[in-house]
Amino acid sequence: MSLTRADVEKVSLLGRLRLGDAELDTMTEQMGRIVGYIEQLGELSTDNVQPMAHAQEMHNVFADDALGASLPRDAALANAPKKDAECYRVPAVLGE
Amino acid sequence: MPHSYDLIVGLEVHVQLQTKSKLFCRCSTKFGGPPNTQTCPVCIGMPGSLPVMNREAFRLGLKTAIALNCEIPQFTKWDRKQYYYPDLPKGYQISQYDLPMSQNGWLEISDPKKEFAAKRIGIIRAHLEEDAGKSLHDEEHGKADTRIDLNRTGTPLLEIVSAPDMRSTKEARVYLTQLRLMLLYLGVSDCNMQEGSLRVDANVNIHIQGPSGKIATPIVEVKNLNSFRHVERALAYEAKRQYDVWEETGRTIKDYPKQTRGWDDAAGTTLPQREKEESADYRYFPDPDLVPVITPKAEVEEVRSGLVELPAAIRSRLEKTYGISDYDSDVIVLQGLPFVAYFEEVAKLSGDGKKASNWVTQELLRILNDQSITLEQFPLTAPQLANLVKLVAGGEIEITRAKEVFNDMVANRRDAAAAMSALGIAKVDSSELENICKELVAANPKIVADVKAGKQQAIGALLGQAKKRNPNANPNEVRRICLELIAKMP
Ligand SMILES: [Zn+2]
Repeated sequence: MSLTRADVEKVSLLGRLRLGDAELDTMTEQMGRIVGYIEQLGELSTDNVQPMAHAQEMHNVFADDALGASLPRDAALANAPKKDAECYRVPAVLGE
Repeated sequence: MPHSYDLIVGLEVHVQLQTKSKLFCRCSTKFGGPPNTQTCPVCIGMPGSLPVMNREAFRLGLKTAIALNCEIPQFTKWDRKQYYYPDLPKGYQISQYDLPMSQNGWLEISDPKKEFAAKRIGIIRAHLEEDAGKSLHDEEHGKADTRIDLNRTGTPLLEIVSAPDMRSTKEARVYLTQLRLMLLYLGVSDCNMQEGSLRVDANVNIHIQGPSGKIATPIVEVKNLNSFRHVERALAYEAKRQYDVWEETGRTIKDYPKQTRGWDDAAGTTLPQREKEESADYRYFPDPDLVPVITPKAEVEEVRSGLVELPAAIRSRLEKTYGISDYDSDVIVLQGLPFVAYFEEVAKLSGDGKKASNWVTQELLRILNDQSITLEQFPLTAPQLANLVKLVAGGEIEITRAKEVFNDMVANRRDAAAAMSALGIAKVDSSELENICKELVAANPKIVADVKAGKQQAIGALLGQAKKRNPNANPNEVRRICLELIAKMP
């Protein structure tokens, strides 16, 4: 499988990355090499290997349902590019 | 309409699980707090923060899935569903994709009014995911901005996906009613629709009986259904709309994709919703921040055996134990567990299940509705009501007088004996009653003759006269005694 320029355009749209022509060329080439590298795994026989959902052999990590501290509102809103006294402000959501 | 068609409905129900803290952090899930005061680095998606699964949320999900007769796979995991939306701060929702915590269950629905036969609605899956935040419209400023409150972000939701097994708006409503009732009995959610604790999306299309076989219209997902009434109305509207569109365009499920429409209740119509851009490509992958959950069979059985008695089982038990109709058992169970317990106490103490059921489903419910009060606020205890029912069952007091007594008991918060003496109601001595009847029979030869001629209903006139002589005279007793007297007469 080789990555096409159209694949990279789609992925950049989904990731909200605006790439110029030159960047698209670079990315197509670089991402193609990454995918190609991973594809080497296809040469291995995995018939007797169980699928894994996680890189660690851990499971069932839970926390008790007890209240902890939340952030003060000022701190929560601190990084927002736009805000008012209570809320984050974003450009109007279409279709609502 | 030239062609007949069937309505095909599947429902997706999102129910908020009743935990104190969120699914992956320990922020409060409490509704209605000041905006953005219940958030932390985990639920607003700060880099480097780590989610940890709420044990109670998983347990409540498991309990619900088992009550819905689902298979519980031993292994389950969580995935990231990626999309951009302002109320989703991480840019992905933690949900479940290919290995949900439960699947292949069913919920039996039946209609006490018998408009459809009892049937099982398949449950395709029920999975545990996090909620998004809320977009608020800035009416005050009238600006083009949307305000975002992230208090709800990360609240645990169980998404319950039914199979497209419902065939009418009525079936959809009954399914939702029964599902909600089960969730309430299980105590897993408050199911408050106004606060968004229970949300419904409907997938709907119609199968038209065409000249050369069945034709399926494109599937429509209807959103913005804020009450069960809205669901019914929206489905009825969609069926008609899809038929008209098919007649006009000939579009079928084979050549037209699924669409999303929103219900506008004021207008009584569904309107196309703008699709989230590229929404079909969520690029799910396992969330590396969360580890899988393994549920041993023994644990599933432990939860199963600890389940409370569910509405369907309670209904059939009430019918068997107290000899009441399925209609009455449905009314009682719909009122919730405290009401069931109240009914059972009245039934046991009065010794007459049928009469107890009549009193609680008619008189008691009437008071609760008229006064807009809950059972907890109802002034009479179950033993007090049982006492009155017992008097009626034993023929000590006839039904219209008993209702006066009941109203007095409720109004003045006193028991049957006190109400009866206040109303001047006393049981009429049997010899006095006999004397009244003898006098009436002697004074009304015309009526006696009519009765002897086979016109039994002529006796009715005597009942009124008896009531005038003594308002406490039990009409049934008067009827019985008079008929006996007349029968003995030559
Ligand atoms: Zn949080």
